[in-house]
Amino acid sequence: MSAHDDLAESSPAGDPGAWTTARQAMSAAVADESLSGLPAALQRICRAATSSLPLSGAVVQVITEAREVVVLASSDPASHLLGEITFTVGEGPCLDAFTMGRPVLVPDLLGEGHLRWPGYVSAIREGGLRATYALPLHVGAVRLGVLELYGARVHSLSAAELSLSLVFAHVATDILLEPPSGSSADLVGDRSAEGLGHWVEIHQAQGMVTVDLGLDLAGALSLMRAHAFSREVPLLEVARMILAGERLHVTDED
Amino acid sequence: MISSSRLSDLFVEVADTLVDEFDLVDFLHHVTSSAAEITASTAVGLMLADHDGTLRFMASSSEDARLLDLFQLQNAEGPCLDAHRTGEEVPDIIIESAADRWPVFAPRAAELGFGAAHCFPLRLRDQTIGAMNIFRTEPRTLEDEERRVARALADVATIGLMQERALRRAEELTEQLQFALNSRIVIEQAKGAVARVLDIGVEEAFTVIRGYARSHRRPLTEVAREAVEDRPALQALTDSYTRQSRE
Repeated sequence: MSAHDDLAESSPAGDPGAWTTARQAMSAAVADESLSGLPAALQRICRAATSSLPLSGAVVQVITEAREVVVLASSDPASHLLGEITFTVGEGPCLDAFTMGRPVLVPDLLGEGHLRWPGYVSAIREGGLRATYALPLHVGAVRLGVLELYGARVHSLSAAELSLSLVFAHVATDILLEPPSGSSADLVGDRSAEGLGHWVEIHQAQGMVTVDLGLDLAGALSLMRAHAFSREVPLLEVARMILAGERLHVTDED
Repeated sequence: MISSSRLSDLFVEVADTLVDEFDLVDFLHHVTSSAAEITASTAVGLMLADHDGTLRFMASSSEDARLLDLFQLQNAEGPCLDAHRTGEEVPDIIIESAADRWPVFAPRAAELGFGAAHCFPLRLRDQTIGAMNIFRTEPRTLEDEERRVARALADVATIGLMQERALRRAEELTEQLQFALNSRIVIEQAKGAVARVLDIGVEEAFTVIRGYARSHRRPLTEVAREAVEDRPALQALTDSYTRQSRE
C-alpha cells in the first residue's frame, strides 16, 4: 500500500486568469503627464500593480554591472525613496533577487527580513514598510532589473496574487527589452501570446543571433522581434528560420 | 525492468547529483534519463507549471528537437496537461488509439514513432507543479514495478526542486519554480550560441556544455550563463570541444 493510494485533492499550480486581471489593471493605470515612452509605461505597471494587489507601492529598478541600483519608475514619490534605500545601504531583497535570478519574497520584513538584511530593515523600519516582494526582470541570462513591490502589512502573497505579480514582472521585462513607441494604451497586448509553448526555439535562436551578429542577448531578441514585425510573421517562425541556418541582418534587407 | 543492482546504481547517482554541486537542470536531466533507463523507455520528459499555469519544458532524457516539440505542444492538449490539471496519473496510453482523446498530441507522438505513453503528476502537498511524461516505441504499458519506481522518481524530482527537507517558507515554492524555469531558458540560450560557434546541432551543443561543466566540476547552469554573458568564456568552452574532437 503506497502513500499515493489515497491521494488528497490536488490543484494545478498557476493562475491563467492573471493575464486578464493584469490587462484590466494596466489599461486603467495612468502615468504622470510629464512622462512618456518607457518611463511612463513602467510607471503604469507600478501603479497597476499597486491598485490590483495588497501593496502600498511599487518600483522598477535597473541594476548595473557594478551592482548600482537605479529607480527607473515608481508608483509614487514615497515608493521612489524606498526604492533607493538598497543602493544607500548596499543590501536588500532586490539585489538578492537580481543576483540570484529568482524572486525574493519577504512577507515579514521585521521578522525574517531582519535576519537576512539587517542594514536594509533598519533603514526602512520607520517608514512603515512591512513586506517586500522583489521580482527579477530577466529572460534567461538577460538580466535587466527588478520589480520591487511594497506592502504596509505583514502578508504572504496568495497564489493568485503571486501569479499576478509575475505577470506584471513579465510585462515590465518585455517593455525594458522593447520600449513602446508613443503612448500605446495597451501595453500587455500580444506579449503574453509569445509566452505560450515553443519558447525553446526562440531562446536557442536568441543564442545563435548573439554569435552571428556579436550582439548581447537582449539585442538579439529585439532584432528577432523587429524582423518578425517587418516580415509580418510570428516570432517563432523567425526563430525557426534562424535554427535552420539563416543569418539575420542588422538592417532588414530582404 | 532493469536489474536491481543497476536500479540501486541509478538511485545512488541521482542522490549524488542531489547533494554534490547541486545544479537543478542537471539534476532533472539525470532524473529523466534514469527514469528512461529504469523503465526501459525511449524517452522521458519533465514539464513544470509557470505562475500562470502554462506548462514549460524543463528537462528530458533526449534533447531531440522533435521530442521537445512534442512536450511543448502539450500546453494546449495532452497527457501532461491532464496530469497537471487533475493531479492524477494518466496511465497506460496506447498512442494508436489515443487520437480521440488528444487529436493533436496523439498523431504527433505517432509520427515520432511512439507506441505507448504514461504521465505522472509532480505533486507537492496539495499542489501539482508539473508532470513527467514517459514514452515508449513499443505499444507496451508500464508494469507495476516500473510504474512504482517511475512514480518514486517523479517524487524525487519534486524533492530536488525544493532542495530542502522541509519547506521553511511558503514562498519557497514560487521562488524555486521561477528560478528553475529561468535556468532552463539560460540553457537554451547557451545551446544556441554553442551550436552556432561549432556549427553543430543544438542537441549536440547540450552535450558539449554538460561535458565542459562536468570536466571542470562546475554547475551546468553557471557554465551556460557564463557562456552567453561573456565572449571569452564561450570561446573557452567551444575551444575545448574543438581540441577534443581533434584528439
